[in-house]
Amino acid sequence: MPDGQEVVEKQAKSEIIAPGYTFGTVTDQISAVVLTKKTPLFWVACFGVGFSLLLVFLWAVALLLAKGVGIWGIRTPVMWGFAITNFVWWIGIGHAGTLISAILLLLNQSWRNSINRFAEAMTLFAVACAGMFPLLHLGRPWLFYWLFPYPNSMGVQPQFRSPLVWDVFAVSTYATVSAMFWYVGLMPDMATLRDRAKNRVARVLYGMGAMGWRGSAKHWSIYETASLLLAGLATPLVLSVHTVVSFDFTIAILPGWHSTFFPPYFVAGAIYSGFAMVLALAIPLRSVYGLQGLITDRHLENAAKIMLATGLIVSYAYIMETFLAWYSGDIFEEAAFWHRMTGPYASTYWALISCNIILPQALWIKRIRTNPVTLFIWSIIVLIGMWLERYVIIVSSLAQDYLPSSWGYFHATRWDWATFAGTVGLFMFLFFIFIRLLPMISIFEVRTLLPQARVKGA
Amino acid sequence: MNDKEKQPELVQIQGSFGDRQRNPQTAGVSQPVPEIPGIRAELEKKQGREYWRSLNDLAAAPGFREALEREFPRQAIGWSEDEDSVEGRRKFLKLMGASLALAGLAACTKQPTEHIMPYIRQPEELIPGRPLFFATAATLNGVATGVLAESHEGRPTKLEGNPEHPASLGACDSFSQATVLELYDPDRSQTLAFRGDIRSWGSLFSMLRESLAVQKLKNGAGIRILTETVTSPTMAAQIQAIQKLYPGLKWHQWDPGGTHSARAAAMQTFGQPANTYYDFTNAKAIVSLDADFLAQGPGTLRYARQFSEGRRVRTGQMAMNRLYVVEPMLTPTGAKADHRIALRAGDIEEFAWALATSLGVANGPKNGENYEIYKWLGPIARDLQANKGASVVIAGAEQPPTVHALAHVMNDALGNVGKTVFHTDPIEANPVDQVASLEDLVKDLDAGAVDLLLVLGGNPVFNAPVELGLGSQFQKARLRVRLGLYDDETSAVCDWHLPETHYLETWGDARAFDGTVSIQQPLIAPLYDGRSALQVLQMLTVAPDQSPYQIVKGYWATQHTGADFEQWWRLAVHDGFIRGSALPPKTLAIRGAAITQPAAPEHLRGELEVIFRPDPTIYDGRFANNGWLQELPKPITKLTWDNAAIMSPATANRLGVYQGLNLDRTNDSAPMVDLTYQGRKLRAPVWVQPGHVNGAVTLYLGYGRTRAGRVGSGMGFNPYGLRTAKALWHDTGLAVKKTSGGYLFATTQDQHALDTRRHIIVASDIEPYRKDPEGLHANEEAPPRTLTLYPEWKYPNYAWGMAIDLNACTGCSACVTACVAENNIAVVGKDQVRRGRVMQWLRVDTYYNGENVNNPPTYNMPVPCMQCEDAPCELVCPVQATNHSAEGLNDMVYNRCVGTRYCSNNCPYKVRRFNFYLFSDWETPSLKLLHNPNVTVRSRGVMEKCTYCVQRINAAKIRSEKEGRHVRDGEIQTACQDACPTEAIIFGNINDPNSRVSNMKAQPSNYGLLAELNTRPRTTYLATFRNPNPEIEA
Repeated sequence: MPDGQEVVEKQAKSEIIAPGYTFGTVTDQISAVVLTKKTPLFWVACFGVGFSLLLVFLWAVALLLAKGVGIWGIRTPVMWGFAITNFVWWIGIGHAGTLISAILLLLNQSWRNSINRFAEAMTLFAVACAGMFPLLHLGRPWLFYWLFPYPNSMGVQPQFRSPLVWDVFAVSTYATVSAMFWYVGLMPDMATLRDRAKNRVARVLYGMGAMGWRGSAKHWSIYETASLLLAGLATPLVLSVHTVVSFDFTIAILPGWHSTFFPPYFVAGAIYSGFAMVLALAIPLRSVYGLQGLITDRHLENAAKIMLATGLIVSYAYIMETFLAWYSGDIFEEAAFWHRMTGPYASTYWALISCNIILPQALWIKRIRTNPVTLFIWSIIVLIGMWLERYVIIVSSLAQDYLPSSWGYFHATRWDWATFAGTVGLFMFLFFIFIRLLPMISIFEVRTLLPQARVKGA
Repeated sequence: MNDKEKQPELVQIQGSFGDRQRNPQTAGVSQPVPEIPGIRAELEKKQGREYWRSLNDLAAAPGFREALEREFPRQAIGWSEDEDSVEGRRKFLKLMGASLALAGLAACTKQPTEHIMPYIRQPEELIPGRPLFFATAATLNGVATGVLAESHEGRPTKLEGNPEHPASLGACDSFSQATVLELYDPDRSQTLAFRGDIRSWGSLFSMLRESLAVQKLKNGAGIRILTETVTSPTMAAQIQAIQKLYPGLKWHQWDPGGTHSARAAAMQTFGQPANTYYDFTNAKAIVSLDADFLAQGPGTLRYARQFSEGRRVRTGQMAMNRLYVVEPMLTPTGAKADHRIALRAGDIEEFAWALATSLGVANGPKNGENYEIYKWLGPIARDLQANKGASVVIAGAEQPPTVHALAHVMNDALGNVGKTVFHTDPIEANPVDQVASLEDLVKDLDAGAVDLLLVLGGNPVFNAPVELGLGSQFQKARLRVRLGLYDDETSAVCDWHLPETHYLETWGDARAFDGTVSIQQPLIAPLYDGRSALQVLQMLTVAPDQSPYQIVKGYWATQHTGADFEQWWRLAVHDGFIRGSALPPKTLAIRGAAITQPAAPEHLRGELEVIFRPDPTIYDGRFANNGWLQELPKPITKLTWDNAAIMSPATANRLGVYQGLNLDRTNDSAPMVDLTYQGRKLRAPVWVQPGHVNGAVTLYLGYGRTRAGRVGSGMGFNPYGLRTAKALWHDTGLAVKKTSGGYLFATTQDQHALDTRRHIIVASDIEPYRKDPEGLHANEEAPPRTLTLYPEWKYPNYAWGMAIDLNACTGCSACVTACVAENNIAVVGKDQVRRGRVMQWLRVDTYYNGENVNNPPTYNMPVPCMQCEDAPCELVCPVQATNHSAEGLNDMVYNRCVGTRYCSNNCPYKVRRFNFYLFSDWETPSLKLLHNPNVTVRSRGVMEKCTYCVQRINAAKIRSEKEGRHVRDGEIQTACQDACPTEAIIFGNINDPNSRVSNMKAQPSNYGLLAELNTRPRTTYLATFRNPNPEIEA
């Protein structure tokens, strides 16, 4: 880096945070959302929707537990339907958070500081939603713990050749590391809230959350180390979790699933959908809470660029997948893709191609990329596209495989939809509680983005 | 003492709950819940016996009923869209029991003490845990098939074929097998009733006495007995004796699916009643004139065996018989044909004339306007003539007498009689023209001449020709007494309904297709207070009180001439049939008037032909309440729970109801049509069937029952409403019009043309195979064995394997029923079948070949678990619930399964079945008796699959280990193998190079399904062959 004085001038042009912020105003603005500002109607409405859908979820799950997975549309041969689709979708969404917090941290992309907090929260809640499905989709969900290796009198252990067992480890590790990372990052801010809260209960609770953080140099030094270590720990997880999730398919011999390039393809898709979700959350939030100065158009554009890049990787994967199906000369593989494109799920397939390949090309246009409204719409399109992708991979491959005699088609029942909508509700419920109770933007990290911070640092 | 007395009372409680006089309206309707606490308070005042009697009384009170309905609604609906209100079919298995359980729960604060006792003296031969087998016989239309009933601690659980019985040869058809479910059907009628009120047998008897006393004065002129076809010598003797007492009495018979034409043809051809049966063992050329002899009719099991023996292709044994079939609707026999012509049922007669003319034995035209009829006549005739004495022309039971007569004439001219075709005296006790007999009865009823009408079995009000109006005519009889297994449509118009004992509960006898007398013995004491037809008839005799045992044994004591009767009788009961009782073949001279002139060809004149056929699974409707048979996919169509207006794609297209063949049956509803015949109408959904003849509609009888029970009522459409005495089987003049509405069918397989690149069915003509057996596998890919990371399994002892000879398989689906019965497989109901959740472990896939939808070559393929060496399912189960056994089976550990269903996704054969709900019945008491105690009854949320009947394997291993030897080849027969009439399925130890299964697998025609996936299936297939007539092929 060149010397200090020059830096200030150069950076002023491409400053990520809007000009005019001081350390104090940053802290004021972010903590006010939690501590002093009146709860906006937007929050009440979103929380209300989330809570209502959560009730739908509880209802659907109660019925599921009472009657069995038969209430869903799954059948022979499509034994996996919405549940696994939703699982993969949610897990994928979770990826953006870890990517932002860990990989971008290691890559020194400091602009991430404005969005990492809620992206991490999003990760956690998405993983929580995702984690529901492998449990609920079991025929006998009360026996889920048999998937864990625990000492038992039956003398039976999980079958380690099964990708589902790998899933258990991958997802639980991911959830644990993400939670730790998120929490460690929260501690300094909790201390800030503790110090600023007027309400005694809030002070005590934030104080407990802050775990005695006093902001001493020692604390900061330990914090930096821990955060780097966790980032190092989380980085491989970004790649490994979705790789393992993709193994659920690639290990199987089903045409349409059995494929060696699923891991990178799935990881790219996960980041794709994750950034779409980050945008879908950030755009309304920043306008409702007036945070345009902290989450700037540049943030949005950067996220849009990542979306476009990962979208291109995903497009490449689709094209290669289809090409290889033909090039392999394997009649089953060929038929699987032919059915995908022309069979009973053709409409879904083409919708997915539109949402994931064709429409996102509009992001090349700067006007679309930088306009929050269009970007919000595009992020929703990508989210839908990525959900459809998992649906098509899972359902259309299963519906028509080797023996035509066994072919059969999946049709979602209202309980499939209720469970899916229910987890969206769960996600919103958790996320808006988070918005209300914790600083959605990392206060101390944003302060480091201010020019003042850098001058001092330099 | 007190406790002992309670026992019969408890039984009665069950009985009264079992009746189905429930108000269906109450289901699902919200009503104020009656005060159960009030009822409870009532009960608490009472003690001991009185207590129970009160409960019994209470149970009948409408208030209590409603309370039960509320708590356990008969058709619990509303929670999920997935169970529509008309469904609830599988609930029959459950709700019965639920009501009972609640009766206990709701009423009791304290359970009465009941002592159960172990055996003090163990019954002879009974070892707990070891089944015993008893020979008996199942009947259909009165004709017996020998069966062995497997009995576990006194309850029959499964029926196998009786290997020594000539009609069975060890095989067992679906109908016979499913009768064991009929025995335990909770919907069977359980009480004797007079106009709906429960009465005792004593009151019936005194009523009968009175009535008979009056009749005695009139010589019995007012008594009519209506039975099904009777072949039972005992019953015939009884009726004769009764007729002696009451000379004016008339005996009528009616079976809707009986061999009416064959009976008439015998009179027409030979001038006397006769029975004709066949021997296909040495038949080289067979012409079937609409005869589905491989899957239906008397002797079918034997015929199927003989037929397949005549075309087994093994190394050094390449001779095949040749089968020509002309038929309207594709049947298993048609699917096996080397040459098949789809002809309208009414055109078969013209074909028969033309064939007889070509053979030079009749005088008819040698050509006509219908090209299909005349195209292959020359080659077929030459083939028959080349095989004189070794050919068969067989006419279908549904074809008119003239076709049978022509077949008789041709067989006679071809020298087949006495070699492949045999005539005997009739097996029926009184072979009358049943339609005339029924019409005669109706005439008497109409004239008011009938005082006492005794209806024994059958269901004539439902299935008699519609124009007779039997339902209303019956009301003209002064007293109507009905004996039946079910309180059905006929019982509804009778005064007295008497519960009949099931044949597994009583003694009886019947003749088989060749006249062999088969003895029926009871396997269990009557579950309910029923009596058999023999007992009821006995009430009319001078010795009214005899037990069925006395009646049957008493009759045979008079028949047996030797001194050693006891010994002879024991042997007959033990064997299940009387050795040497087959009727001797006779030489019958053909009358000159046997065949006269061919009738003019029938023209459709813009309308269609209507064809009635007994249903392949529920027959004439008698099995409508049988869940196993309802859910058994019908051969060829794979339709379950329904019948339909079956027509060809071209006809459907013409009527504007063609939807294409690749349908999604879960959601795509079939169009409805209005069928009008002779002014009578029927609304039915359309089923488009490749191979069906154009210009005709086939209707399977037996559906549309209104009082069948909880399983069968309201399923399908009732073609009896169109069926008249004139057109029992087919007629022209059917108008079909597309109408509004749609209908969802439940099928287990959609119709698929074979993608030959997939190598699912390996088929070939026999000639190329003779020259180059290996050419069969030209395009197959065999991955090297090294293509796996895992070490090879070692099988030091046994390695179980199976080979299925597709060339022998007829697709009759007896194996599927056997599997269901053996392995406690749940019935899931129409709605769940439609949603792809049928539980049958074994399925018979049907594929069509080529583009010709009008008459495509059709292949059947039974698919059990392949028990792969490198099983994809084992690899992916996260909890080790499916494992490779030391003998190479893929064992499924139900208790360990958590239900991820990954195994099913990864199974390329899709043979795994999942319990999406609690499909098994854990509650209904009578159905508990049915379960095979050696097979787990699966609960909700677990995967299940074919195990090669591992319980049988283990039983044989235990036996062999005790005897210090190895399991012998053939000692273990899987249930499917046991039932198979053609011995297409062979199971055994593939470690033993001399076992039958090893020999089959060593055949060059052996192949593994999807072997290119390197799953290395243990179940392999033998290719199927056609033996086309070179003249026709060229």
